[in-house]
Amino acid sequence: MTSRQLFQLFGRIGFWLLVALIVVIAVFPFYYAVKTSFTPSSELFRVELWPTRATFANYVQIFSQRSFLQAIFNSIVVATSVVFIALLLGITAAYALGRVRFRGRTTVLLIILGVSMFPQVAVLSGLFEVIRSLNLYNNPGGLILSYTIFTLPFTVWVLTTFMRQLPMELEEAAIMDGATPWVTITKVFLPLMWPAMATTGLLAFIAAWNEFLFALTFTLTDSQRTVPVAIALLSGGSAYELPWGPIMAASVVVTVPLVVLVIIFQRRIVSGLTAGAVKG
Amino acid sequence: MSTPVTESAPIPARPQPVSYRSTKVRRQRVRAAWLFLAPMLVTLTLVAGWPLLRTFYFSFTDASLSDMSNTLFIGLENYLVYEDGRWFGVLADPIWWRAVWNTVYFSVVSVSLEVVFGVIVALVLNAEFKGRTLVRAAVLIPWAIPTIVSAQMWAWMLNDQFGIINHLLMALGIIASPIAWTADAAYSMWAVIMVDVWKATPFVALLVLAALQMLPKDCYEAAEVDGIHPVRVFFKVTLPLITPALMVAVIFRLLDALRVFDVIYVLTSNSTSTMSMSIYARQQLVEFQDVGYGSAASTLLFLIIALATIAYLYLGRKQLQLGGES
Repeated sequence: MTSRQLFQLFGRIGFWLLVALIVVIAVFPFYYAVKTSFTPSSELFRVELWPTRATFANYVQIFSQRSFLQAIFNSIVVATSVVFIALLLGITAAYALGRVRFRGRTTVLLIILGVSMFPQVAVLSGLFEVIRSLNLYNNPGGLILSYTIFTLPFTVWVLTTFMRQLPMELEEAAIMDGATPWVTITKVFLPLMWPAMATTGLLAFIAAWNEFLFALTFTLTDSQRTVPVAIALLSGGSAYELPWGPIMAASVVVTVPLVVLVIIFQRRIVSGLTAGAVKG
Repeated sequence: MSTPVTESAPIPARPQPVSYRSTKVRRQRVRAAWLFLAPMLVTLTLVAGWPLLRTFYFSFTDASLSDMSNTLFIGLENYLVYEDGRWFGVLADPIWWRAVWNTVYFSVVSVSLEVVFGVIVALVLNAEFKGRTLVRAAVLIPWAIPTIVSAQMWAWMLNDQFGIINHLLMALGIIASPIAWTADAAYSMWAVIMVDVWKATPFVALLVLAALQMLPKDCYEAAEVDGIHPVRVFFKVTLPLITPALMVAVIFRLLDALRVFDVIYVLTSNSTSTMSMSIYARQQLVEFQDVGYGSAASTLLFLIIALATIAYLYLGRKQLQLGGES
């Protein structure tokens, strides 16, 4: 009996060690980036777990760069517009796909699924041509347009899943009252879909905020870049003297809002991610 | 949702007028459905369908980035051509095949590790303990960090001279001298895989956790009463039941891994020892300005991913349930 209790004790200790290990691995790189961002560049060569002397010099340096502020602004404009467009087109499409049965519905869903799984590099040259012919090269407009390729399919997919879960009686009542489909969407479904739209909007925002390949390819000058490209190119200069302090400060600046959003909305995000992938 | 929503025709009270009304309503609804789908379909055609076709077309031409309109049709020359006793083209380029191998190796290894770690993390999060919500929030952090940022963070931690990882490994006596994680060809692929696994495991864990929370409690109670060892219960009961969710997670991750670009671009830039297919195609397209050749590589990448998807869906169609197919 005592050996069994001992076994259980070891089991509990092992479990808590595992929990601790998971938390440390998940959080440590971010913690270390924060720590580095407050370390004066003269002390970066000393490897320490805790900062001995904190400085804001790295933050002052990146915020005094016009191009970094501009990049943050560009990222906000691009990500917000993408979310808005994806939700607008997504909610109407989700109504059609989630509430109406018509011929070709499965085909449309398969096309959407296909587009969402698509390698972005495969459209790079064609999209480059489209963007250039629309005069959107080196312009946030080009990024807004191209980002719909990965936000729209996902938004439609998740909103369709949510839309289907709403009870049929709601719509029947609206139809009996002679409401048109547009009125049905805006007056009946929209108020009920807000939580789902917040979730998908948040996920689309994160995806657009983080995108790199298109942003790198379709912009040319510092004034048009988004944050990921700006951070990736901060390392530019020489290969031996990377400005790690400012890089980490910039990284922390663009990541903290996301981490805060994710922690606040973690329940919603989890439901959004799983709705996109698993049948409820 | 297990059943598709059928069109909600009102229940007929008096047969004649209502059935007339329901077909009218039905027709109106179908028309509205297509009207509502149109903006989305037009956008997707503009950003996905048409560019994809143009990429296919460019792959048969000598288009260059500076001039994409005056192009000459050159057949399969970008793919494979025999000239002056030598083979040329993407298919004859050893660097392309190296990129294919790198991508496949990266995808298989990192997705396998993500599945194993993801299941472990999900099992931990599924257990009831104090502070579970906090641990779940902590696990979400790597997922929330932009790929570029996580690549930079790890590049700093893996730095050969000042990196904390070399420092720790040396302090623990595991390695004698610092390792150039991102520059040394022997380690750079593992560095890339490590960053990807760190970032993507939370996603797999969340999908598996969602599946775990839907499992019926009674068969676990039965197993406990019968005194069956928990490890055996996991492999005999839990694993088969979460397989559908795992399959979904695997395909999402696999498709993501096969088109990997940003982690590798930031961590090891254009080094051939980690070059992925996407890096190769973009390098040809943008840096060497050879749109024709780069499009040929992109087309091959597209075909490889399409084939992988079809093979995977075919092999796993029994277990896999996708929301849209009902």
